Amino acid sequence: MFGKLTLDAVPWHEPIIMGTGAVVALGGLALLAAITLAGKWGYLWREWITSVDHKRIGVMYIILAVVMLLRGFADAIMMRVQQALAYGDAAGYLPPHHYDQIFTAHGVIMIFFVATPLILGLMNVVVPLQIGARDVAYPFVNSLSFWLSVVGAVLVMVSMFVGDFAATGWVAYPPLSELGYSPTVGMDYYIWSLQLSGLGTTLSGINFIVTILRMRAPGMDMMKMPVFVWTAFITNILIVAVFPVLTGTLALLTMDRYFDMHFFTNELGGNAMMYINLIWVWGHPEVYILILPAFGAYSEIIATFSGKPLFGYKSMVYATSSIGILSFFVWLHHFFTMGSGANVNAFFGIMTTVISIPTGVKLFNWLFTMYRGRIRYHSATLWTIGFMVTFAVGGMTGVLLAVPGADFVLHNSLFLVAHFHNVIIGGVVFGCLAGVSFWFPKVFGFTLNEFWGKVSFWCWLIGYWLAFTPLYILGFEGMTRRMNHYEVAEWHPWLVVALVGALFVGMGILAFIVQIVVSLRDREANRDVTGDPWDGRSLEWSTSSPAPFYNFAVLPEITSMEQHWDNKEAGRAYVQPRKYEDIHMPRNTGAGFIIAAFSLLFGFAIVWHMWVFAAVGLAGMIVTFIVRSYDQDVDYWVPAAEVERIENARFRQLGIKRFEQPEQIEEMA
Amino acid sequence: MAHAAITHAHGHGHDHDDGTRTTLGFWIYLMSDCLIFATLFATFGVLANATAGGPGAKDLFELPYVLGETLLLLASSVTFGMAMLNLYAQRRGQVIVWLAITFLFGAGFIAMEVNEFAKLIADGAGPGTSAYLSAYFTLVGTHGLHVTAGLLWIAVMMHQTFRFGLTGTIRRRLACLSLFWHFLDLVWICVFTFVYLRGFL
Repeated sequence: MFGKLTLDAVPWHEPIIMGTGAVVALGGLALLAAITLAGKWGYLWREWITSVDHKRIGVMYIILAVVMLLRGFADAIMMRVQQALAYGDAAGYLPPHHYDQIFTAHGVIMIFFVATPLILGLMNVVVPLQIGARDVAYPFVNSLSFWLSVVGAVLVMVSMFVGDFAATGWVAYPPLSELGYSPTVGMDYYIWSLQLSGLGTTLSGINFIVTILRMRAPGMDMMKMPVFVWTAFITNILIVAVFPVLTGTLALLTMDRYFDMHFFTNELGGNAMMYINLIWVWGHPEVYILILPAFGAYSEIIATFSGKPLFGYKSMVYATSSIGILSFFVWLHHFFTMGSGANVNAFFGIMTTVISIPTGVKLFNWLFTMYRGRIRYHSATLWTIGFMVTFAVGGMTGVLLAVPGADFVLHNSLFLVAHFHNVIIGGVVFGCLAGVSFWFPKVFGFTLNEFWGKVSFWCWLIGYWLAFTPLYILGFEGMTRRMNHYEVAEWHPWLVVALVGALFVGMGILAFIVQIVVSLRDREANRDVTGDPWDGRSLEWSTSSPAPFYNFAVLPEITSMEQHWDNKEAGRAYVQPRKYEDIHMPRNTGAGFIIAAFSLLFGFAIVWHMWVFAAVGLAGMIVTFIVRSYDQDVDYWVPAAEVERIENARFRQLGIKRFEQPEQIEEMA
Repeated sequence: MAHAAITHAHGHGHDHDDGTRTTLGFWIYLMSDCLIFATLFATFGVLANATAGGPGAKDLFELPYVLGETLLLLASSVTFGMAMLNLYAQRRGQVIVWLAITFLFGAGFIAMEVNEFAKLIADGAGPGTSAYLSAYFTLVGTHGLHVTAGLLWIAVMMHQTFRFGLTGTIRRRLACLSLFWHFLDLVWICVFTFVYLRGFL
């Protein structure tokens, strides 16, 4: 009945884990008690858990990402402490098996449950608003996608307290990840958490492609879409093109582990290098999936805070598209040392360096946007400038690694670790944090505290450089990644510096949380009454803050690339239409949450070989989906009078009297 | 709600799904599913000769049997086409009948496949025998799982067509199911060619 699960699965004798478990349990209980005491369960269920509003789903994605960032960062600081301690005779405080799980969990969490939800969260919040839509194409699927991501994160968290997690590194190369070398359930937790959250990500990809292709406001042709929408579009194409490969690859590994098959084993004809090829066919486009929307966010931010249109819109679009295409031709640079021969390595090396060209185009576009602009040094601007400096270095070390000869020396060294943290922290994380501070008022109706935002930025920037510059140096000195212990005394000072850097990053995270708390406290003083706190350029700034649940009372007609800016210039913005019409909206549904809950049961049960429960979970998912398909009442109409009431309140707040400029109202109608 | 939908049938062109939005999304889903099969086919291609001293295609398969399976599935695509023709002709009863016939052909295909798998395993040529057989069982089995999911979907759609009639939603769903079913046919033709016929070259 309970498969491999016994009470011994809980690591009772591990004080670190049990301590963490106690804290998590107490914190969780306190949260549940607080919600119960405040009587907020009904509110949570109706307004958030069952919500199909893309803005709320976006917010929940970002909350998930921030919570998981705390876990992923805790893993990081534990590794840095271990490496700062464990040289020579000292063994440090983490035994190897625990240490191996920590670096695996750190990578998995940061990529799948921090960076990916941040990107999906931003896309959810911003894309429909920027294209003048009222929701995404499939609101129910959107809710399902989000809850499947949560299930993936929950499985990773559960693995810490019940059983263990994979100890293989974040891409789980076989044969190490095969049953013979990873006999515990850790690897199975890895597989099923990625399968379930990956299913959610694929569904999101389909959802956003259709949203962008089919739901743009009238008049917005592709070349009038804001650059963030373009980057989101390419990213979602990449998601749909490569996440199925991840699903397939992990399924093959599952076959090996569960049904004694031989895809990647050392015996009976298995071929481990095939896994490594397949996982990077997914893995390399994945890093572009993460970085492209961040590029989009920087583009919006730098244009807004420079007070100028983005320089080279078309080249930005073409650069984004070519990065998307080129990302499929570089996967082999992750394993030049496979020995595929000089010509193959040369091809992939050259393709990799070619990607730096469109990326360079983007960098120059941002610089030329700033050139002679009226730059406002908002924290989002600081993140963008910090990104440009940091990412340029990361790009250069990437080109260095793309040279197969150099890669043979630096492969799997700390130089590599420094390189990808350089581009992911300096690119993706900075971009998402910039995006959060930029778009926060659109969702919540008040701006974030600038002082703490800037403190957070400087801590992150200094922390990044202090933590990872030593790793570049250590890579040149020959230190490989994932070391639990080392004998070389010269490495030690650099690792202490890296620990200090990690502490700075920790202060950056703390400052971000303080920023949120302080901003919540002072929200009345920082209300964004105009809906356009930064003097913005694209459509999302034309509606109120927080955006009403229907986004736009009247769908905008698009005549230019920077519609809102041009409306403001021409005096067409903030003109209340003469009459409103009923608005068609999707109804909230609990089906996504229920399917995800069954998938959690399925995932946990199949990890532990509890076949009966797994079957119940799977059947529950399918039956819930079918039952949902019988529901004919999936949408409703918001009456025009209700829309008018909400909009009148907004225009009162703006201090604009109705019918002030009759000739322009005619134009709008 | 039906009343509201009628009164508001015009003037909301831009935020309304006319059915093609779902079909477009379903096409994109099919392409992503196609990539899963591409992964499996590529894997099969790499491992096609990795029999590890065990049996190969010539020792394992009987082409006439597989041809029988293939014909069942192809026939089911034709009968699904008949269901769609009747859908356009607004004949609800005929739609359900042709869906039922499609279901029977599909179920026959699955029965033959399960029987073939059982025979292979009984003969000691199970999925754990060699990398080649792992790839074979996974590729063919994944297709079989898809067909099984399709059978469940056909059953649900027969009931929904009976219950709701040929509404816009039902037509849209049948159109997607039709795409799915023909897609599985196409995949099977690749399986038949690259997995079975190739082994007899």
